[in-house]
Amino acid sequence: MSEKVSKEKKFDIVQFLVNNALIILIVSSAIFVGLQNPRFFSMANIKNLLANTSVRMVIALGISGVLIMRNNDLSAGRQVGLAGCICATLLQRADYASKVYPNLTPPNMWLVCILVMIGFALTFGVINGLVVTKLHVPAFIGTYGMQTIVYGIALIFTGAQPIGGLINEYTEWASGSFLGIQLIPNLAIITAIVMLVMWFLYNHTPYGKKMYAIGGNPDAAEVSGINTTRMTIVSYMIAAALFALAGFMLAAKAGGTSSNLANGYELFAIAGCTIGGVSVNGGTGKVSGILMGVLVFEILKIEMTFLGIDTAWTYIVQGIVIVVAIALDIRKYIAKK
Amino acid sequence: MSEYILEMKDICKSFPGVKALDHVSLQLKPGHVHSLMGENGAGKSTLMKCLFGIYKKDEGQIIYDGEEVTISDPFDALQKGIAMVHQELMPIRDRSIAENIYCGRYPVKKIGPIKVIDHEKMNSDAQALLDDLGLGFKATEKLGTLTASQMQLVEIAKAVSADAKIIILDEPTSSLTLKEVDKLFEIIRRLTAKGCGVIYISHKMDEILQISDEVTIMRDGQYIGTWPSDELTTEFIIAKEVGRELKDLYPPKINTPGETIFEVKDFDSVLDNSFKDCSFSVRKGEIFGVAGLVGAQRTELMEAIYGLRGITSGTVYYNGQTLKIKNPEDAINNGIALITEDRRGNGIFGVLSISDNVAVASLNDYLLFRVMLDHKKIGEVVDKSIQELSIKTPSAKTQIKNLSGGNQQKVIISRWLAKEPEVLIMDEPTRGIDVGAKYEIYSIIGRLASEGKTIIVVSSEMPELIGICDRIMVMCEGRITGIVEGEDMNQEKIMELSTKFMG
Repeated sequence: MSEKVSKEKKFDIVQFLVNNALIILIVSSAIFVGLQNPRFFSMANIKNLLANTSVRMVIALGISGVLIMRNNDLSAGRQVGLAGCICATLLQRADYASKVYPNLTPPNMWLVCILVMIGFALTFGVINGLVVTKLHVPAFIGTYGMQTIVYGIALIFTGAQPIGGLINEYTEWASGSFLGIQLIPNLAIITAIVMLVMWFLYNHTPYGKKMYAIGGNPDAAEVSGINTTRMTIVSYMIAAALFALAGFMLAAKAGGTSSNLANGYELFAIAGCTIGGVSVNGGTGKVSGILMGVLVFEILKIEMTFLGIDTAWTYIVQGIVIVVAIALDIRKYIAKK
Repeated sequence: MSEYILEMKDICKSFPGVKALDHVSLQLKPGHVHSLMGENGAGKSTLMKCLFGIYKKDEGQIIYDGEEVTISDPFDALQKGIAMVHQELMPIRDRSIAENIYCGRYPVKKIGPIKVIDHEKMNSDAQALLDDLGLGFKATEKLGTLTASQMQLVEIAKAVSADAKIIILDEPTSSLTLKEVDKLFEIIRRLTAKGCGVIYISHKMDEILQISDEVTIMRDGQYIGTWPSDELTTEFIIAKEVGRELKDLYPPKINTPGETIFEVKDFDSVLDNSFKDCSFSVRKGEIFGVAGLVGAQRTELMEAIYGLRGITSGTVYYNGQTLKIKNPEDAINNGIALITEDRRGNGIFGVLSISDNVAVASLNDYLLFRVMLDHKKIGEVVDKSIQELSIKTPSAKTQIKNLSGGNQQKVIISRWLAKEPEVLIMDEPTRGIDVGAKYEIYSIIGRLASEGKTIIVVSSEMPELIGICDRIMVMCEGRITGIVEGEDMNQEKIMELSTKFMG
């Protein structure tokens, strides 16, 4: 026993830096920017950061299960966009001039949210899952197909027109704070609940264990009696439901939508997951890590805005962060071989 | 100039938990066939992989053509004139035979300043080579159209075309028919006539005695000795290979088979060249062996019973009742478990902990409130397994890939014991694990059978089957050629049945 402790607990400064590179990066850069511009640590800014992160986190959590099982979902962003459009259409003010459905009285917003989530899971989730498992189309291509299909649907659905005039209840909820606490936006509460549910699902249920098993070795998972087909389909359904939820949140946060809402968000979500430790080789990834990965992106973006860096440069920095973070991830993997 | 083209001196190589090679030496003369013998796990393939640059040796010297050399990778080995035909083929099925032969060293021609691949030359050279070796294949055909044994011959042709000074053949005849073996021997004789040295690895005594000039025997990673083959007899080789009385290798039998309980009827594969008309029955508490050569379709039959492979017909009965098995999930729910042959490929979950590896097949047995996993109960089951099977590991949270092969195998056995199956099928349960761990696994098998479980053991090691089984079924080319028990349970009889349809 004593031998084991000394072996595993031996402190290695390089290893420590590599393993905690993200936290170190976030904290040190935040301090730097905060010193340059004290408004960085203002309530309003932190709330804004949390609200942005909330939406991105829900998308990342949705895609994480799919990634851990060695699949992918490139339709994520477009699904978020379509869900946003559907929610916005249903929740337009009755007196709004260019209302899509003039005779519709806006129903309860939570009912809309739940129905859209279920609808997305049963359509896009199931179809993605079936295409990948039954038709054996590689996930990368299969879900890319779905990406363009969903975009097409969104264009038809909105008539390529922006949708505005959302009911106050909906937009005010999205911009409001939880119990009047300035720092915590309502959106963050939804995300916290989703994180808790996903953490429970991943760590305390057979579904989670089976998910990691499939990611670790799909062939061994099948031999162990895990129905990989069913599991894969369910992972896409959970993903689709969360994309729908993110769409619901995003449309309200933006106060209006268009068919281009959330375009390309899947890549941020994939990058966030990977940076947060969802292994590119499948089988690993934790909810807390994913939060780190997503936060890194959002904090970096805000920091660069505060420093007055040109948007063009923020893209370059984001790209570098993705590559470096994933290089570090791979390094950990290779070292253990 | 020394009389040897190759000398390997005091080669050592360790893997985590196993010393695979312990001061092994080998001397090869030009124009000679030098056989390397030993049981599975003796270190033959490891030694050759050190020579071919796949593994890096920890210690020792390689003297090639009178000079000490370091071989950094297979490409380097080929450049130096060392070619290897691997036990497991790595064919590129969708490319032509010619492209497979010249893979990585395609002939080129120049069009102006640009070098392009000279397909015409490649195809005609390949065809000339195939014709010269008397192999009736067309060089432009896709490799995938050939059978496994024909691919093996193409692989050998590739080694010949490399103009190597040393050719390593690692169990080249394991999938060849008798006629093809003759063809191979003809090719080997032509190579040696040109002064090429051949290192030949095989388990088949008659082949070794027929083709080789010298024989080196290894055991448990150690060098035992080298003898001219005309001084050798089969008995002598086995005694040297095993190095001890067979009795020590297996625990005493403690199980008593009861009534017939598990029946397999009329299994036919969806594939033409796989198993056909397979029916057999096993008794409760019996250890039932399945023998045969590589390619006998034993694994395929077992995986089909388990629902992993497609069948056109076939029924499984347990206790007189028909079992509906469409996939492994069904098999497990009906009390059947399979420990697969390919431990890395579809056995272990490398990145997951020992705990997760044990619990993965029985997760639904540890539920609290019907949805939540009872981690405490899982911990108890895992700790009990680690203790009972004496799995050597720092903790239950260790990733399984850090364990030795024998301990990984025990973890997989634990996985199924947690599920308490009635029928346990074990495919090559002791492949690639050391002698001590083998004994422990035999003991576990014996104990399970004595508790009334039905055990089916597939193995390529005949002494192992003879040592632990009550009866042994023999397969050849997808068909069951007989079941031996008692007096008939000997290597000669099993070998005869294993080769019934060959030649």
